[in-house]
Amino acid sequence: MSAGSLGVILTAEGVAGARGGRTVFEGVDLTVSAGEAVILRGANGAGKTTLLRILAGLAKPAAGTLALEGAAINGDAPTPATTAVFIGHLDAAKGAMTVDQNLQFWAKLYGGQASIADIKNWLFLADLSDRPAATLSAGQRRRLGLARALVSQRPIWLLDEPTASMDARSAARVADIIKAHCAAGGIAIVATHEPIDLPDARAFRMAAIGEAA
Amino acid sequence: MSAMAAIISRDVALAFRAGGGAAQGAVFFGLVTLIFVLGIGPEPAVLSRVAAPILWTGALLASLLSLDRMFQADFEDGSLEVLVQRTETLELLVLAKAFAHWASAILPLLAATPVLAVMLGADAIWPLLASLLVGSPALSLIGAIGAALTFPLRRANVLLTILIGPLFAPIVIFGVGAASSAGDGAPPLLFLAAASLFSLIVAPLAGAAAIRFNLS
Repeated sequence: MSAGSLGVILTAEGVAGARGGRTVFEGVDLTVSAGEAVILRGANGAGKTTLLRILAGLAKPAAGTLALEGAAINGDAPTPATTAVFIGHLDAAKGAMTVDQNLQFWAKLYGGQASIADIKNWLFLADLSDRPAATLSAGQRRRLGLARALVSQRPIWLLDEPTASMDARSAARVADIIKAHCAAGGIAIVATHEPIDLPDARAFRMAAIGEAA
Repeated sequence: MSAMAAIISRDVALAFRAGGGAAQGAVFFGLVTLIFVLGIGPEPAVLSRVAAPILWTGALLASLLSLDRMFQADFEDGSLEVLVQRTETLELLVLAKAFAHWASAILPLLAATPVLAVMLGADAIWPLLASLLVGSPALSLIGAIGAALTFPLRRANVLLTILIGPLFAPIVIFGVGAASSAGDGAPPLLFLAAASLFSLIVAPLAGAAAIRFNLS
């Protein structure tokens, strides 16, 4: 697999996150080094998605600092845009495009050299190649959405409920793919309520403001 | 840059698919023109005089049809976050989306214009086409600002039209002026070009700021 041996280190110090103008969490200190997986736990509304979006560079932290250390990419210091991929609740697949067309678009978007055929095999998507994404079931769509993390070849994976609506076989495969990504020097930060088979992963518990951790 | 090319070609391909809206825009353009003709009546002298205003108004209305979906369709399926997360220069993304809108929603209108102009008995088709070619990028670019401001809203198209309608007014004024003044120095065409170039600078900046605000 293809995380690239970038040796990225992601550091968050005293980060606070806001949603809709309300601060939902504060004081998050988190350091994740290359090869590590972190599972974000916490009740609904604890700010797991908000933290992932901040780490992805999609939202600004209300307080605190974020740092990315790692090798320069094309002479530039690493940024979330060049090192991270965020898989949110929505799968970002275009319903009118087939599974193959969606994967090929992402490959061009991220400019990677990923093998789409391998990725389809890993995520049991090979038989669905020519199906428009709109006709996929919820679990199949989720697998297609997750394929974007592999296609992107970014070292930092920010996954929000990656195994939602997946069957046991697919969920186990997702855990295997995350393990392989970390073994290749990548970082995975996974927000989930479901059990996920990542024995080496560190658990990071988030508590909403006013709630005991 | 290849990422931007991928976004443009995806957007254009989606627009020309069934339900994508590119063909509907051109049909709507023809329909608006026809309704004007039916309303004005069969007087060749009058029709040829109002050909440029009618076609400019029709093109403007037809371009409005698809503007509200420029960012909203991507916002609803999660693609917009993917594009924004991937793009370090959000201004380029706005430019790519506006260009894709122009190529898929406005170019079909330009292709239909000569036919409709002949139907109206317009005197000069070339100045009319030149004015649309030079002025129409401003429609997509200014529209991109409105689309970026309104994409999270359910009835975005109504607010979008109210927001950018006044900004479209000078484009139509210069556009009709350029289409009617047959080539002699043609300052309206230069004003039109200036408006397009101005919106080429302003729209990416304003659109990117609006997307950042709406997504954070």
